[in-house]
Parts: sequence; structure tokens; C-alpha cells
Amino acid sequence: MPQRVEIVKRIMDSNDRLARNNQAILDRNQVYGINLMASPGAGKTSVILETIKSLPADIKLGVIEGDTAPVTIDADKIVAAGIPAVQINTGGDCHLDANMIELALAELPLEELNLIIVENVGNLICPAAFQLGTHANVLIASIPEGDDKPYKYPNIYRGLDVLLINKIDLSPYIDFRMDYFQQGVEMLNPGLKTFALSAKTGEGFDAWIAWLTDKLTTK
Amino acid sequence: MHELAITESILSIANQAAQENHGSKVTDIYLVIGQLSSIVDDSVQFYWDHISQGTVCEGAKLHFDRRLAILHCKSCDHQYPLGEILQPCPDCQSPDVFIESGEELLVHHIDILREEA
Ligand SMILES: Nc1nc2c(ncn2[C@@H]2O[C@H](COP(=O)(O)OP(=O)(O)O)[C@@H](O)[C@H]2O)c(=O)[nH]1
Ligand SMILES: [Mg+2]
Ligand SMILES: [Zn+2]
Repeated sequence: MPQRVEIVKRIMDSNDRLARNNQAILDRNQVYGINLMASPGAGKTSVILETIKSLPADIKLGVIEGDTAPVTIDADKIVAAGIPAVQINTGGDCHLDANMIELALAELPLEELNLIIVENVGNLICPAAFQLGTHANVLIASIPEGDDKPYKYPNIYRGLDVLLINKIDLSPYIDFRMDYFQQGVEMLNPGLKTFALSAKTGEGFDAWIAWLTDKLTTK
Repeated sequence: MHELAITESILSIANQAAQENHGSKVTDIYLVIGQLSSIVDDSVQFYWDHISQGTVCEGAKLHFDRRLAILHCKSCDHQYPLGEILQPCPDCQSPDVFIESGEELLVHHIDILREEA
């Protein structure tokens, strides 16, 4: 006769444990970490580049670039902007996990940095399940993706700390009902901190940069 | 697909529990999977058949207790399932709701055979 063994253990436990360890590493080095998620093309790399441009000069930042293939296009853009970047090739995986971040952190000069931004793999489903140990989960939703995304991909909105609505320069050309979009977000994540901006024109970055700078420890 | 990583985690939890309880074989694994965890049973089963080979979990049957996401209306207290698409309260149309459940992602229990002493 088989015997029953009660377990009731969260399947994500081992990843979450590694994530807590990553956060301890960041905290020890007084580095604030951001996990930037979005669909492919929503503007993750563009927002990172514009953020680099807009941050006060004394803020030192590092970037971790996740990609499903060994292409360094995004990482190259960051390095060209004079910022240390580590490329993670997930080998086809649709998300980054805490273990990958632990390896990438070891390659960054954390003692010199105030901030790291992780560009997660472009995907609205999988990254939501994997905590990385960063301090804030940030999603970019872009206007051309449409206003129904919170209604169709509710799970990614649940664990967010900040929402960036990107490409607002395209608003005149696209039917995007901001009220409808924000109502969906409000149902899933009441009071979510939200910034509307454009990585192309720089509009809206002041408020985002102010929020971000406020989180950073000066060294 | 992130189901491979999820499946590996299920295997390691079950193997460890079997070992701690002196199980020689795991016959059944009971999972609780909320709608908002976005796990596709079929692919977990697919990966499972591969990665459990050669462990005490080989041949164990996976049971999926799928929990619907339930929304709770703060205005009228009505509870309703999330469905395919998020919607305001069907009773009073209020969007002032909270998510009651549906984010579970658990190994709940396993059935094992013990080594004969
Ligand atoms: N019009 C407009 N285009 C943008 C904006 N942000 C990004 N893009 C464009 O969108 C495309 C994808 O951007 P990218 O940053 O590579 O997206 P990622 O895949 O999320 O990293 C590129 O052609 C960008 O120039 C924006 O705010 N406005
Ligand atoms: Mg990119
Ligand atoms: Zn109601």
C-alpha cells in the first residue's frame, strides 16, 4: 500500500531562495536592482538607453541582458553607451532565473555601482514566475501592443512594482484607450506606480528618473 | 517554455521528500496549479516522462488539481471566476475587485512505497 506524504511546498521555492540570496548580494553592495520585463519590441533596450542618458552623472549603472540566443546586439548598444553589460544567453529558455542572475552579478563591478537593470527575455508569460532577487519588478507596456494586454495577460501584472507605458509619442496614431487599459491594471494590481513615457522623445522620463533616483544609495 | 524548469523543481521536491521518508518508489504526485501560474499540464507531463527516468519518481503519475482564479467584488461581495479574459464584476459592473485565489503552484503531497525492512 502506498503511503501519503504531505509536502505542501511551493514549486518556485528553490528559485526564490536563490533570488533572496541575490538580493542579499545587492544589498551588501548597496546596489538597487530592477527586473525589466516586456514583450519583444516594447522598448526595453530603448528605455534602458534613455534612462542611462537621463540619470544624474554620479549614478553608476550596470546592465544584465537576457536573450534566448547568443546575440549581443542589445548588450553592444549598452556597452557603446559606456555602461558595463553582461550578456546571458538562456539557450532558448523564455525567461531569466535567479541562478543565471547570480552568475551575471559575479561579472559586474558591484562595489562601484548604484543600480543594475536586468533586461529580461521578451515575453509576457514566463518571466512572471521567476523572481530574480531584484528590488523592483518593472513591466513596460507599449502603446502599439494594444490596450487589452492586462485583460489577456493578467499574471504578469500581479507581481509588479512599477509599470512603464512606453511609446506615448505614438498615441495620435493608435487607438489605445488609456482608461480601459488602466482599469485592467487597477483590477490586478491596485495603486500600481505607473509612468507614461517615450524612449524616443524622452517625454515622461523626468518622473521615472526621479522615482528611480530616490531609491538609490549614494556611495 | 518555462515548464521544463518547473518540472525539474517538482522532481527535486518529490525526490527529496521520498528520500527523507525512506520511500523506494514514488507512485503519485499531487500538484496544485492556479490558473494565474500559467502552466500547461501537457508539457509538464511530457518533460516529466523524460527527466524522472532513473529516479525513485520514474513512472509516478502526476495529478493536476487546477484551481480557477477567483475574483472578489469589493462593491457587492460577488465572487466570480477569471475566465479567459479579465472582466469587471458581472453582477454590479464594478472594476473594484481583488484576486481571491488562483496563484497556487504547489507540490501538495506524494504517495510512496516504503523499502521493506
Ligand atoms: N516611436 C517610438 N518607438 C520606440 C520607442 N521605444 C522604442 N521604440 C522602438 O521600438 C523598437 C523596439 O525597441 P527595443 O528597445 O529594441 O525593444 P525591446 O525588444 O523591448 O528591447 C525599436 O525600433 C525602437 O526604436 C518609443 O518610445 N517610441
Ligand atoms: Mg532588447
Ligand atoms: Zn459586484
